[in-house]
Amino acid sequence: VVLQDNHIKTSKYNIFTFLPINLFEQFQRVANGYFLVLLILQLIPEISSLSWFTTIVPLVLVLLVTAVKDATDDYVSSALYSFSSECSFVLHAKGVCSKFSPIRINADILLLCSSEPYGLCYIETAELDGETNLKVRQALTVTSDLGDITKLMNFDGEVICEPPNNKLDKFTGTLYWRDNKYPLDNDNMLLRGCVLRNTEWCFGMVIFAGLQTKLMQNCGRTTFKRTSIDKLMNTLVLWIFAFLICMGVVLAIGNTVWESWIGRNFQVFLPWDESQRSAVFSGFLAFWSYIIILNTVVPISLYVSVEVLRLGHSYFINWDRKMYHSQTDTAAEARTTTLNEELGQVEFIFSDKTGTLTQNIMVFRKCSIDGRTYGMELSKTACVDFSFNPLCDRRFRFYDSTLVEAIKLEDPAVQEFFRLLALCHTVMPEEKRHLVYQAQSPDEGALVNAARNFGFVFRARTPETITLCEMGQAVTYQLLAILDFNNVRKRMSVIVRNPQGQIKLYSKGADTVIFDRLDPSSEDLMYTTSEHLSEFAGEGLRTLALAYKDLDEDDFEIWMKKLLFASTVIENREDQLGALYEEIEQGLKLLGATAIEDKLQEGVAETIACLNLADIKIWVLTGDKLETAMNIGYSCNMLRDDMNEVFVVSGHTLQEPLLEHILLDVACLCKTVICCRVTPMQKAQVVELVKRHKRAITLAIGDGANDVSMIKTAHIGVGISGQEGTQAVLASDYSFAQFRYLQRLLLVHGRWSYFRMCNFLCYFFYKNFAFTLVHFWYGFFCGFSAQVRILPDLSVFLKDVDDRTSLRYPGLYKPGQQNLLFNKRLFFLCTLQGMGTSFLLFFIPYGAFSVMVKEDQQAFAVTIATSLVIVVSVQIGLDKHYWTAVNHLFIWGSVTVYFAILFAMQSNGMFGILPSNFPFVGTARSCLSEQSVWLVILLTTVVCVVPGLAVSFLRVRHLQQSRKREGPQGQNLRRVRRTSSRRSAYAFSHQQGYGELITSGKNMRASAVSSAHSPGRTPHSSNWIENMLKRKNEVSCISDESGDRAKNRLPSSSTEPELH
Amino acid sequence: MGKVKGKPGPLARRPDNSAFKQQRLPAWTPMLTAHTVLPSFYFMSLICMLLGVWLLLTVQTTKEIKLDYTDAGTCNKCFEKRKNASNAAQPCSCSVVLPIEKPFKGDVFFYYGLRNFHQNLRRYMDSRDDGQMVGRKKNLMNPSSYCIPFAKDQNKIPIAPCGAVANSIFNDSFTLKYHGNNGSPELVPLLRGGITWYTDKNVKFRNPKLDGSTLAQVFNGTGKPPYWHKPVYELDPSDSTNNGFINEDLIVWMREAAFPNFKKLYGVLNRANPPFTKGLPAGNYSIEIQYNFPVQYFRGRKEVVLTTLTWFGGQNHFLPIAYLVTSSLILLIAVVLTVLWWKFGKNGKNMEE
Repeated sequence: VVLQDNHIKTSKYNIFTFLPINLFEQFQRVANGYFLVLLILQLIPEISSLSWFTTIVPLVLVLLVTAVKDATDDYVSSALYSFSSECSFVLHAKGVCSKFSPIRINADILLLCSSEPYGLCYIETAELDGETNLKVRQALTVTSDLGDITKLMNFDGEVICEPPNNKLDKFTGTLYWRDNKYPLDNDNMLLRGCVLRNTEWCFGMVIFAGLQTKLMQNCGRTTFKRTSIDKLMNTLVLWIFAFLICMGVVLAIGNTVWESWIGRNFQVFLPWDESQRSAVFSGFLAFWSYIIILNTVVPISLYVSVEVLRLGHSYFINWDRKMYHSQTDTAAEARTTTLNEELGQVEFIFSDKTGTLTQNIMVFRKCSIDGRTYGMELSKTACVDFSFNPLCDRRFRFYDSTLVEAIKLEDPAVQEFFRLLALCHTVMPEEKRHLVYQAQSPDEGALVNAARNFGFVFRARTPETITLCEMGQAVTYQLLAILDFNNVRKRMSVIVRNPQGQIKLYSKGADTVIFDRLDPSSEDLMYTTSEHLSEFAGEGLRTLALAYKDLDEDDFEIWMKKLLFASTVIENREDQLGALYEEIEQGLKLLGATAIEDKLQEGVAETIACLNLADIKIWVLTGDKLETAMNIGYSCNMLRDDMNEVFVVSGHTLQEPLLEHILLDVACLCKTVICCRVTPMQKAQVVELVKRHKRAITLAIGDGANDVSMIKTAHIGVGISGQEGTQAVLASDYSFAQFRYLQRLLLVHGRWSYFRMCNFLCYFFYKNFAFTLVHFWYGFFCGFSAQVRILPDLSVFLKDVDDRTSLRYPGLYKPGQQNLLFNKRLFFLCTLQGMGTSFLLFFIPYGAFSVMVKEDQQAFAVTIATSLVIVVSVQIGLDKHYWTAVNHLFIWGSVTVYFAILFAMQSNGMFGILPSNFPFVGTARSCLSEQSVWLVILLTTVVCVVPGLAVSFLRVRHLQQSRKREGPQGQNLRRVRRTSSRRSAYAFSHQQGYGELITSGKNMRASAVSSAHSPGRTPHSSNWIENMLKRKNEVSCISDESGDRAKNRLPSSSTEPELH
Repeated sequence: MGKVKGKPGPLARRPDNSAFKQQRLPAWTPMLTAHTVLPSFYFMSLICMLLGVWLLLTVQTTKEIKLDYTDAGTCNKCFEKRKNASNAAQPCSCSVVLPIEKPFKGDVFFYYGLRNFHQNLRRYMDSRDDGQMVGRKKNLMNPSSYCIPFAKDQNKIPIAPCGAVANSIFNDSFTLKYHGNNGSPELVPLLRGGITWYTDKNVKFRNPKLDGSTLAQVFNGTGKPPYWHKPVYELDPSDSTNNGFINEDLIVWMREAAFPNFKKLYGVLNRANPPFTKGLPAGNYSIEIQYNFPVQYFRGRKEVVLTTLTWFGGQNHFLPIAYLVTSSLILLIAVVLTVLWWKFGKNGKNMEE
């Protein structure tokens, strides 16, 4: 096996390749290439109408700024990446050794042996598929005793396996060792991204490292993201370019005509060059000259200004305190600076579930015992004091002291309720300094933990016993059987013999399942409990019903024999066992129900509601099971029973290519879409699908490595930081600590960014057209000879500096994602306004100057330039709705700087140095001291500004009226109380097979097992892993099927849980 | 792009709580409400109206008289003579009559005007060497390539001043005569100095350093522009300080006009002696012209203009009329807006409150 370096290279450049590659990339931009061509044109003296440095200085500036920015971006990201791969150096030694669980696996490893018996190893794969339950991996039996370092050193096996691929659930390979062949599959593998749990150490052999790992193969390609405004800008640049050519042609024709009619006669004073043989040729030259003069319609500063504007916005995002999470000390971070305005245009959000919407913490919130509910709304009452219980978990919170009183009064129902919770589960206890539970699903952990706090502490288990500490007294129950959970049964039961010798069956499961199997005597209780369950469900809680049954000794003996027999048969064993379980789980007596909250991240429901109001569609994409995903959908308000448009689809359906379009069409009709059981690659495909066919801006948000691909694919990728793992954050464009900050990022920052960017662009084009077309008009009066001395290089510089920053401050919080603020129509309006302004700007001074005493061309130029600066400044002032100190500074500053530069350029000193380059000496001084010039400027300003003012006045009034109409919408934000149907089910992330694992004793430490070894059970449990695997497939088929069904039933009101 | 973590402690990465960073700068938010916009429209209209009326009244007090002398009176023969380029060296003088019915009070300015003369062509405007005209000796002997074909003459002698602009200098000269009551024509004294901008005369145009030699010696080795009759250092025989590049007529000509029809200052009435102490009295005047400048090639016209000035320039009717038109347009817009606001504004008004 050839080992690949585990270092993942993400940087684009190194020192030597930087300059050529970067320059090449930069000149690929339409604009930069265009300026290069211009520059070359200007070097031809016959054409050159501006001196060459007027273009090269800004071009070099632009290239330099961009290059520095690219270099730093690249440096920062590569630094981050190399940091993340450093921690995996251990892997090069072909092994992983962990004294602390949990540890994150950083390569795809073949498990050789572990601290646990039978080479077992527990992992959590939330990063990979979003599932939160523990999974088991087992080393090959031949290698499971390699735990000793010396033995390990002598291990010389060789693995032949499949080439690197992105299938997370499949692995095929063969281990050749000691002349034997051993088949390998996914159950022997620890993949990069999973976390080792409950396992002290393990040794493995690195199969894939670095980019070859399955996780990285799933990450998708990094593509350079461009915003739609960027694309629009490129198109517009092309249009403007075409427009420029048109103007050039018009003026060139004008020049030809003029030369042949008038210029011909003027040759006495201005003979034609030898090169200028005919009027046509002169027109041809004039064309190029005008291209150069009018090049400012596509100003070089546009791209740079846009970049700087975005950079500024990124800093504002970084600086925002309202997106700072103090618990984890994480501020929001804009990792890419080029996408800001797109935040204001998002139409689709693709969200991961685990870790993004949910905290992956289950909390025992309420219960119903014997027809009485316990547990109050949060913060209404004081937290229950559990100090009476020395073994309690201090982090546990419960808000109803009556339950504790009931416990203390030794209410038998309450006691039985918690006894059940303490007995009926597959949790493993671990007692070091504190008692810690290792639950295979957080739901179960929460229930056992609740029982522990209420005085029924589960302390220890062996394959045959369970030891509780009931109100301070140790009680040991004999564990007779575990009737394991599976997705069809939707319940689990245990049969125990208590110290009094009674045999009892404790069962917990989905309410419908339990209610079907109740003894008639529980009927009244069932109705009350049922009501309570509806109530719990209405609050978005996950419910389970609890029941028990006293068993007769003889009946149990007979049943047990049947069970032993059934577990040895080969064929139909599953069915037979199921039937047997069914047989004994009859005539149950209802105890009550529990309600668990799958804790959402803070403010998730409100955020989703708010984003929905802003017409953003939210799709949840998760690798988790259908039920879990839907449950979350309900609890975060995405699904409600009164909804008619819900679409739940599972990953297996997504694989069929033909369905793509149907899927998309159907999905887009729905308010809510939930995709479950999707692989990371499929997440990216879904995003890609929407991106491709909907032409909408998409945003993907996630926290784990399994979200990387979709984060990279979407227009905007958001990573949740501060949780485990940095993969998602590193791949993302924006990162912050909590899902709820998304609201602020989109609706505040996105809005502002978009708003300002659009304002900026409109203004920019307006200004440029106003500025440049003056030359065009002048062409008609100077024989189309491409004369410009209308101060070409002055005002361009100034205006960009000022509006860029000033635009940054005004801001209006307006939710809504109409992408109407900058489109082609608006672009035309802006340019039209610019043209109008330029027309007035030229012809008013023209009218005045043609009858004025001083009709010097330079004075004329200064007058026009000054009017232009003033008109444009007044215009920007009127466009602003917010005037902060910074605005004042920049607007007044820019006017001041204009005059400063004007006078500096026309000063004696400059003239003294380079007389031919600064021929304007003294013009401003003489010109601006004329009162008539100021009269002209005043007139021009008034005439140019008034129409715009009138229009915007009308528009504002129109807006006000329409806003009023839409006004009350904002009130709907208040959380609607759910009226959903009950969604009771077993802990969904549960996997079956653990019952067997426990009773087989395989997962007990050696000491425990040896004392309680039961030969009779061995055959039953020897093939438990195969069983588990078989069942796992079954489970996924079921959810797949239900996904299909959900799809078919689409238009009807879907209350998914009842489907099963 | 993360912030440098300077502060220790649990909230090390918390962004600063400054008004700037949190975008909470105090802002003045001018809303475009009816209460602010409409009055400002009326106000602007009023201001423009007042300005317009004032300017109009001022303009009424100015006097201006124009006379196209291209082929008027006896100048007809000169016009015909100049049609033939071979006669360029031959002098030709003529005179035209200029009756003034009402006296011109105050300062009177004498302009010459050209029509259809394109001083604003790019190649024409570039065809000059500012370095030469500021007296740099290097440029004097090596005129800029922009001056071509008027950089050097046939004998490769550098031309000073070089270029098409200088070469095409307007070289008619005028003598204004007043035919008073006593019969004999009286010369109207014109001040021929002080007709340029200060910066032009003192900064932009300088003669080469004399270093003890005469002006003629300094220009030794250069030739006059082809269309000129005398070299640059002999432009004004009456005033030795008005020769070379700082000759005021040359400077005025070198300040290129923006449009093909333009006028340039020729002189200002000297009001030192009667009868011109109060300006030009009414009566008959004649102008004697040294007719040198050919205009027939480009179908141009030549004219003289006598005018008095106001604080905002000459007899300029454009500005007052433009102001009055603007004023009425703004008023119109304001009225329309007011009507709109009045009609549909009821709910708008409520909204603002």
